[in-house]
Amino acid sequence: MQILEGRGVTKYFGGLVAVSNVDFDVKEGEITGLIGPNGAGKTTLFNLISGALVPKPGAIKFKGEKITGLKPHKICRMGVARTFQEVKIFGNMPVIENVLLGSLFGTPTGISSADANKEAGELLDFVGLSAMKVIPAGGLTLANQKRVEVARALATKPELLLLDEMMAGLNPTETSEAMELVNSIRDRGVTVFMIEHVMKAIMGVCDRIMVLHHGEKIADGTPKEIATSKKVIEVYLGE
Amino acid sequence: MDITRIASKKPFLLGLIGLIVVILAILPTYAPSYTPILMTSILMYIILTVSWVMFSGPTGYMSLATAAFFGVGLYTAAILGNNMPLPVFIFIGGLISAVVAFLVGALTLRLRGIYFAIFTFGLVMLIMQLLLFFELHVMGVRGRFVVVMGYNTIYYAFLILFVVLMFAVYFIRRSRFGLALQSIGENEEAAAHTGINVTLVKVVTFAISAFFMGAAGATIATRWTYIDPYIAFDAKISFIPILMAIFGGMGKLYGPVIGAVIFAYLQETLITEFPELYMLIFGVVLVAAILFMPEGLVGVIEKLAGLVKKWRKGGSAEQNADT
Repeated sequence: MQILEGRGVTKYFGGLVAVSNVDFDVKEGEITGLIGPNGAGKTTLFNLISGALVPKPGAIKFKGEKITGLKPHKICRMGVARTFQEVKIFGNMPVIENVLLGSLFGTPTGISSADANKEAGELLDFVGLSAMKVIPAGGLTLANQKRVEVARALATKPELLLLDEMMAGLNPTETSEAMELVNSIRDRGVTVFMIEHVMKAIMGVCDRIMVLHHGEKIADGTPKEIATSKKVIEVYLGE
Repeated sequence: MDITRIASKKPFLLGLIGLIVVILAILPTYAPSYTPILMTSILMYIILTVSWVMFSGPTGYMSLATAAFFGVGLYTAAILGNNMPLPVFIFIGGLISAVVAFLVGALTLRLRGIYFAIFTFGLVMLIMQLLLFFELHVMGVRGRFVVVMGYNTIYYAFLILFVVLMFAVYFIRRSRFGLALQSIGENEEAAAHTGINVTLVKVVTFAISAFFMGAAGATIATRWTYIDPYIAFDAKISFIPILMAIFGGMGKLYGPVIGAVIFAYLQETLITEFPELYMLIFGVVLVAAILFMPEGLVGVIEKLAGLVKKWRKGGSAEQNADT
């Protein structure tokens, strides 16, 4: 079943087309990858989904409901959470408060402070940061800051999680740990849609992959199909 | 050991605050009659500074609209003061300022950084010029007389307003609303994507802070007897609270308060003692404060507290070595 579908999604910045007439589907329970060379429009597509930008024209539906034009906090409360390419944490606030904010504000129903605290603690356990609860989030390593973002996103109880280059800037050990984390997120029942440049990671964890180039979708399929697609190889390696 | 220290610190702090409030409350009964007048000015600046910090501190949005909300309060008192009791028109003055802030905030809080600062300052000028135009061309007279209240009445009104404001600030800081406000200052985009209705949080806080500015304006109007748009919408009122907040330091709740106390006291004394040199001394103090105390008085106090702690620790370690 489709949890997320986009039809004719387009975004211009001035006269420049960033995302051009892209149709896409994300299936519930899967890990879908989004790849493409720099400037292909991947992050723009994420911004269109999460409500930071509005497609014009085009429509995006989440669980059959149209979400185009909604404010980011509304989309978040409906069940779409995200992380950012350049980490956007609340650096001067303790790690636990970063996650707590997600629990307190990320769902349409209210939650007691005690429950929110408990939930935030559990999520920090889940991403492996329970030892760093009270440290200001800005003091963590990049890999751990990305985990804070993931925990914060998960605290909003999403059904769909958008991960924007979670492995960029991580060393090989951290990368394989991050891959494990992505898998365990899926095992919690959260659908994952991820942008990634690290090919090993994307081929390893994704069920399906979509390729963007100059804002257009040029391929869509299983990792194997993508790896052997002539068009994709041309884009990445030249002719 | 640390836990007992924290636990024993709280009643002490509450007691101290209670004591200060009581001393202030009975001030007019024992102090010379000038003291409540001086304290009224100080309390007014505390209220303006703390309510400015309430919004601009955590969010990082530099608002220069203080004079606008203050002036709206002044004019409310001038218009309603003759027909209503003091608490009612103070409240209405605050309320009208809050409504103006809510509307203006809803329109402009998408502006960031310097654009927001310029717009809010423009608001002061806009309201002033509109009023001037209205008074000159429609009413035919410039300015208005305001009902006059006793010095002690004004003093008590400010004291109550101050206590209410401190409670409001304290509870906002402690609440999840305050947490959301802080997260907006840290990273607004991330806050929005974490499910926080950033526009609403900002606009509501802006309105609450404007309420206190307007209420302060409505109260002090009764001491000024006459106001016109130039007096009511004096641009200085937008800048002085910011200077006081920087001077005191915004990291802690008490920072803006002591900043305002010292600054307002200096201002009153300098104006009476050295009317010609007042602005000059003021400027020198300010430059020195910014150069040598980047975190304000709070930073200095925290540093001293750290030194005392270290010294005491060192002392007890020595004692242990002796025994």
